[in-house]
Amino acid sequence: MFPLRVFVLALASLAAVIGLAACGGKDESSSSGGSGAGGGSLTLVAYSTPQEAYQQGLIPGFKKTPDGEGATFKQSYGGSGDQARAVEGGLPTDVVALSLAPDVNKLVDAGLVAKNWHQDKFQGFVTNSVVVFAVRKGNPKNIKTWADLTRPGVDVVTPIPFTSGGAKWNIMAAVGAQKKQGRSPAQSEQYLKALFDNVEVQDKSARDSLQTFEGGKGDVLIAYENEALGAQKKGQELDYVIPDQTILIQNPIAVTTDARNAETAKAFIDYTRSEEGQKTFADYGYRPVLKSVDDPQKFPDPPGLFDIGYVGGWSDVNDVYFDPEKGVMAGILSKKGFTTEK
Amino acid sequence: MIVLIPLAAVAVKSTENGLDGFWTVVTSPQALAALKLTLAVAVIVALINAVFGTLIAWVLVRDRFRGKGVVNAIIDLPFALPTIVASLTLLALYGPKSPLGVDVAYTRVAVALALLFVTLPFVVRSVQPVLHELDRDMEAAAESLGARPRTSFRRIVLPNLLPAILAGVALAFARAVGEIGSVVLISGNLPFKTEVASVFIIGQIESGSLAGAAAVSTVLLFLALIVLVLINLLAWYGRRHDR
Amino acid sequence: MIARYGPRAIALGYLAVLLVLPVGFVFYRTFENGLAPVWDALTNPEAVHALYLTLIMVAIAVPANTIFGVIAALVIVRSKARGRSVLNVLVDIPFAVSPVIVGLSLVLIYGRTGWLGETLGDQGIRVIFTPVGMALATIFVSLPFVVREVVPVLREVGDDQERAAETLGASPWQTFWRVTLPAIRWGVAYGVVLTTARALGEYGAVSVVSGKLVGETETLPLHVEQRFAQFDLTSAYTSAFVLAGIALIVLLIMQMLKPKSEATG
Repeated sequence: MFPLRVFVLALASLAAVIGLAACGGKDESSSSGGSGAGGGSLTLVAYSTPQEAYQQGLIPGFKKTPDGEGATFKQSYGGSGDQARAVEGGLPTDVVALSLAPDVNKLVDAGLVAKNWHQDKFQGFVTNSVVVFAVRKGNPKNIKTWADLTRPGVDVVTPIPFTSGGAKWNIMAAVGAQKKQGRSPAQSEQYLKALFDNVEVQDKSARDSLQTFEGGKGDVLIAYENEALGAQKKGQELDYVIPDQTILIQNPIAVTTDARNAETAKAFIDYTRSEEGQKTFADYGYRPVLKSVDDPQKFPDPPGLFDIGYVGGWSDVNDVYFDPEKGVMAGILSKKGFTTEK
Repeated sequence: MIVLIPLAAVAVKSTENGLDGFWTVVTSPQALAALKLTLAVAVIVALINAVFGTLIAWVLVRDRFRGKGVVNAIIDLPFALPTIVASLTLLALYGPKSPLGVDVAYTRVAVALALLFVTLPFVVRSVQPVLHELDRDMEAAAESLGARPRTSFRRIVLPNLLPAILAGVALAFARAVGEIGSVVLISGNLPFKTEVASVFIIGQIESGSLAGAAAVSTVLLFLALIVLVLINLLAWYGRRHDR
Repeated sequence: MIARYGPRAIALGYLAVLLVLPVGFVFYRTFENGLAPVWDALTNPEAVHALYLTLIMVAIAVPANTIFGVIAALVIVRSKARGRSVLNVLVDIPFAVSPVIVGLSLVLIYGRTGWLGETLGDQGIRVIFTPVGMALATIFVSLPFVVREVVPVLREVGDDQERAAETLGASPWQTFWRVTLPAIRWGVAYGVVLTTARALGEYGAVSVVSGKLVGETETLPLHVEQRFAQFDLTSAYTSAFVLAGIALIVLLIMQMLKPKSEATG
């Protein structure tokens, strides 16, 4: 009755529709690329948390400077890992500002960021933060130390380390804290196990886990200081505690190798680390990398502050702790499943 | 075709690590648990939908009550909402801060609930058009011959609706198998307990193991394919039996 | 035979839990803080562009999948072509794939280093991270609905009338337009409604494929997510409300286009 010919016709018309759309798409991408040549169009691909800081603070601020005059910006915000994959997949980018260095290194491997991106005054970083404990208003369960997190009856919320690149900071903060207190690697593994015994819910991202915490679940959320500050600013009801030992979260920024406006891109990166740029970041809850802008009152330094190098650096850490099959976390999470199953 | 090329790409990517690598990831306890949970819940959800979807379609087509038009209109809405909204809504209504005092969050029930929410329209909308077209003469004849409504339903209406129900069930099952956004916030994502396959897959992706993610996806798809074929066979058998 | 109160109560109860309360909740959250924030959210240029982009996605995906769907349904039910049952099962597959995987597989193919991406890229054509790629993703994930809706109706209706038309001398095209299409109109209508709803609400696949360029390649669901990430919940719910509204309008249009063959309400 209706031969395959008709079916092929359908496919052809479908292809035609796509083709038409493609013409439209081609025009759009070429025109937006073209207008870049004149006034300097920059594409910023960043992780999601600093969106407001960039959109409402840094970009307008940069445009007012002589280097930034006439510059137009295209911006993209999303999960750090997702964004890195997008750039890898061909998203035309001039500046990347991601959540952790390994995500930028992925781009180095793909040839999209220069190998020496971190060889500057700031080691390639633009903002800092620290891992903190977000607690209910008034801290009713009196949670102050890492040991408190393993107390019976304390419900801990933290994202899945395998789906949230940023969640790895939380775990390394815990590991480093143990080391700072003189514990051996075996003991710190024990600690992690005890900690995760108190974790009932895992979310796929830090933002989701904040939402879960806000939704009424948990006594304490392991989070970043800038997110806790940001949430407070937006009226979320929480307090936060900086534990004595915690990790310094360092967020990288870099220019891409195929940036169409490399000069302006570099100028923008310089601006983010200028006094004005750093002050803007501080307003949004980020610790500045520029010492002169640092405010010890707003951003107190805990006595046991350390960085990722202290616990072995990212490449080691990723292998030892976060390998999805053989890593320490994989072991802990799968055993956890077994013991809590039925 | 638009469809086959990307799927082929996924299948090819999954063999990047060789057959060994493929097998290791797919048979890891966590992956197996996630696959089992996903398929089991998807089947249950599909069945629940079959029953309730048909019931709702029946009420919407044959029944009359005030507000029916409104209900009919909003059936598709959960489906049109971005999954994050579905997530937030369910968490707020049926989680720790529930105004109704109902807290099923972070359990397998929550996973089922989220999936039921986003698959609601499928069986309903599959059965409705067929019900509209259904020849009522057969039912009228049965009635005049003394058959009770329930028998008439079971022996006359239901067999005619079966293909439509199964079509809707297939859709519901397919969606439930791949769903992530609406489940992820309310399920708790605990490995072996409430972690669905799609979350596990994302974990693989983020850890840089794209081949592993592709492998599990391929297996999931393959298993889903089997179920869909079964559903189709059921429908075919039902049809043969019919005439 | 009208259902008695029992089934109605059960159906409505189920719907209350799964449908009415949640939709009402979205409504509540949208207007929780009054009308002014809603207006701000609606008139925000990013939101407007996102709405525009979403509507374009729908305008491309729905007709494409409808045409494909009706033809595929006809092939599956009426033709004697071999492999039509394979087609029947295959149609559901795109839908079973996790949206994120859909997105990633499209990047795999059309991305910078992808199979087709490299050759297209040399021609200066970019599919990924443009509305074209997003349209592809949207078509992919909303593929099965029209087919699935039309196939059962087509089977139920039977081809007696079509055969009759043929013997009376009607051409295949006439037969299709005047006999087949009206018979399957409810299936097509609901298929369109479902396709639209899916295209409207699609997040995962489009998210990966779009590059999320603010004000450029953000659809409304992406915008919702972005507002949510910035703790701007009213704006997020407002956009969700808009999406629901569009789905509703499409349904109403579909219902209006059908002549009242029987009392429906």
